[in-house]
Amino acid sequence: VRAVPISVLILIAALPLAGQIAVRGETVHTMDGGAIHDGVVVIDGGRIVSVGPWNEAEVPSGYEILSAKIVTPGLIDARSTVGLTGYLNQPHDQDHVDPTEPIQPELRAIDAYDSRERLIEWVRRFGVTTIHTGHSPNALISGQTMIVKTWGDTVEDAVIVPEAMIVATLGPAAFGEGGKPPGTRPKEVALLRAKLLEASSYSERMKQADVSKHPDQNLRLETLSRVIAGEMPLLITANRAHDIMTALRIAEEFSIPIIIDGAAEGYLVLDELERSGVNVIAHPTMVRHFGEMENASFETPARLRKGEIPFALQSGYESYVPKTRVVLFEAAIAAANGLAFEEALASITIDAATILGIAERVGSLSPGKDADLVLFDGDPFEYTTRVTGVIIDGRLVENEPF
Amino acid sequence: MEVEKMKQRFSTLIFVLLTITAAGAAQERPIAIVGARIMPISGPEIADGTLLIQGGKILSVGPAASVTLPEQTRRIDATGLVVMPGLVDTHSHIGDVSGADSSDPIQPEVRALDSINVRSAQIQKAQAGGITTVNVMPGSGHLLSGQTLYLKLRDGSTVEDLLIRRPDGAIASGIKMANGTNSMRASGPPFPGTRARSAALIRQRYLEAQQFRAKKDRAAQNGESPPDRNLALEALVEVLEGTRTVHHHTHQHNDIMTVIRLADEFGYRPVLHHVSEGWKVADELARRDIPSSIIVIDSPGGKLEARDLEMHTGATLERAGASVAFHTDDPVTDSRLFLRSPALAVRFGMSREAALRGVTLEAARMLELDHRVGSLEPGKDADFIVLSGDPLSVYTKVLETWVDGVRVFDRSNPQDRLRAVGGWGAHHDFDPQMGGAQ
Repeated sequence: VRAVPISVLILIAALPLAGQIAVRGETVHTMDGGAIHDGVVVIDGGRIVSVGPWNEAEVPSGYEILSAKIVTPGLIDARSTVGLTGYLNQPHDQDHVDPTEPIQPELRAIDAYDSRERLIEWVRRFGVTTIHTGHSPNALISGQTMIVKTWGDTVEDAVIVPEAMIVATLGPAAFGEGGKPPGTRPKEVALLRAKLLEASSYSERMKQADVSKHPDQNLRLETLSRVIAGEMPLLITANRAHDIMTALRIAEEFSIPIIIDGAAEGYLVLDELERSGVNVIAHPTMVRHFGEMENASFETPARLRKGEIPFALQSGYESYVPKTRVVLFEAAIAAANGLAFEEALASITIDAATILGIAERVGSLSPGKDADLVLFDGDPFEYTTRVTGVIIDGRLVENEPF
Repeated sequence: MEVEKMKQRFSTLIFVLLTITAAGAAQERPIAIVGARIMPISGPEIADGTLLIQGGKILSVGPAASVTLPEQTRRIDATGLVVMPGLVDTHSHIGDVSGADSSDPIQPEVRALDSINVRSAQIQKAQAGGITTVNVMPGSGHLLSGQTLYLKLRDGSTVEDLLIRRPDGAIASGIKMANGTNSMRASGPPFPGTRARSAALIRQRYLEAQQFRAKKDRAAQNGESPPDRNLALEALVEVLEGTRTVHHHTHQHNDIMTVIRLADEFGYRPVLHHVSEGWKVADELARRDIPSSIIVIDSPGGKLEARDLEMHTGATLERAGASVAFHTDDPVTDSRLFLRSPALAVRFGMSREAALRGVTLEAARMLELDHRVGSLEPGKDADFIVLSGDPLSVYTKVLETWVDGVRVFDRSNPQDRLRAVGGWGAHHDFDPQMGGAQ
């Protein structure tokens, strides 16, 4: 028998274990039914066991009891690039886009994600426990996204959905560098349609019973075939009203699932969005209101809600400072600009989980779901409120006020 | 006959225009804002206060019972609202400002004054954020990118309408300098490629300014004709003589110390800007009484020099006893959300009092305008904002912004509201004379 090195033992001891914890909150926003005044969430083995009023709960002995003024589900950032974009912003930590070709759906986020990136810890300290992250909106099709928890030494530890969506972008952000195509909006759409046609034909031929008639395997077309088959949505960044309409036109032509990302001028085409039934991952409220975003509004979330468009909020992609936004802060501005408190909180919890297709695991404090919780010392959206604890999969991963 | 009629009409029109202008500029009838919770900044909060203004100046401020309203005073009820001084932004890039071009890393002769577009929507948005005084600066891509410009965000149709005059008539402005990586360029000369060369280049220019000043002084003493005019050196001489403040972009702790070393050598007092690593040298800044205008960014990094940016910079500087103000660096952060910066500083340990001073009185001090703006005191400019609630709450709205006794932003006006929240057309240049508040 070989002795286990002491350093390994210490490392194991330092890791927070998925414990038996009861989290008591003056207000518990379950996002599954109403808020509970003086409630408790009982956690065991990384899962939520029960949720209810403190005076009706049975907390078994030996459970660690944590208290907070406000308790919410772990926050979900519906669109980020952290892990592919690092905080130093140097070539070695920027893997969000490969500019050599305009259409590269085969690029996977899991092959780039740096689970130890400081920005992941940063957003986790503000209560973000799940992120939908991946390639950035800087190419016609820049690559894939994935969904991870903000905890774990490797991407394998962190991942929930390894291949979530394919990232497409309309408008000048996807124009090629140095005169390389696409250089106009119509060219973007022509290239995109041609590639989707190619993928349709590829998947048709792949369906033939006679294997000898199958084309050679092509990673790029195979990936896009999953969009054609409706298995993976195209996440299309479209901020101008006419780009949004283009996205809807493409979705209809190919009968493919899409999600609109950004939608800065979505308020101009609410009826069209509503009729199409698409979900929106709205731009960060504090995105800089100029260039393609010059008509953006702090009230975009409130206006989408009024138009009955399902939406979530995001931190988005940032090329400079801040290198990442914090989705909690973006939701706060939405809450201060016409969106009701519960709706703003939903946009970074249950609504985000639903749009991302992970609501069976996260997004609300419901028995059986992952034990992801955030503890606050006041209204989560107030600038001066602090996060006092973050729990992921039943582990207390942050307990320094932040 | 026709001509005579036209003449008559014309003179009537002129009379009307003059009256309007006089009313707008001088604000003859006293106005009292009553019922508000007043935060004068220079003193304790007043639960039920009255702010009395006339002629663009504050007449008095105090508890309702202590302020006597002259006859004819127009009363504005602000019960349940909060009134505080107009915000002072020590570092912004609104108004389409530009400065130096790429011909030289040091261009003291270039003035922000000669670039400002007062119809820019950015100025409207800053008013919507409660900003009444702003230091508009060229960028940090040069060791010295030009003369900055201090503006009062009045509604004006020319930049002259927004200027601030010193007692001697000079246009109030500073000068923008930078060190660290922003002002270094891989392209090589004339731009520096290292920190040491950056310092050497600017030291050389200050030496030239010292010589120029000596020549001028000698000529004056000996009754000789002065040396030829030199716009660049004249501006640097103003720095040496302490009449033009150096606003110095700097991030890393070693770059901060280089700014201080330079200032010591040439005998001027700088205001430090950004100071991402200011927390590492907080004691040094406090001991030397060097003021810092800091920026609050939502995450560290984005550039190597900001890798150690901390949310507790404001708190750490305050604890050390150093002077702290905030800036938007608009468009880096949004002028409409300026109050978010002090609020986040409070989240990370700064006192509420110091944080609020940092967007008012302390900021005014860094622009040497604290005798006129930054607090609500009799004799000071009637620059104030009316808020729907506590200034550090995310839910609070700036309802009104007043400059020199004139309301320049009114959230209940649809045009003004568009500037405040964004939406279709919010970015368009705009003529304040044609719509908006008033």
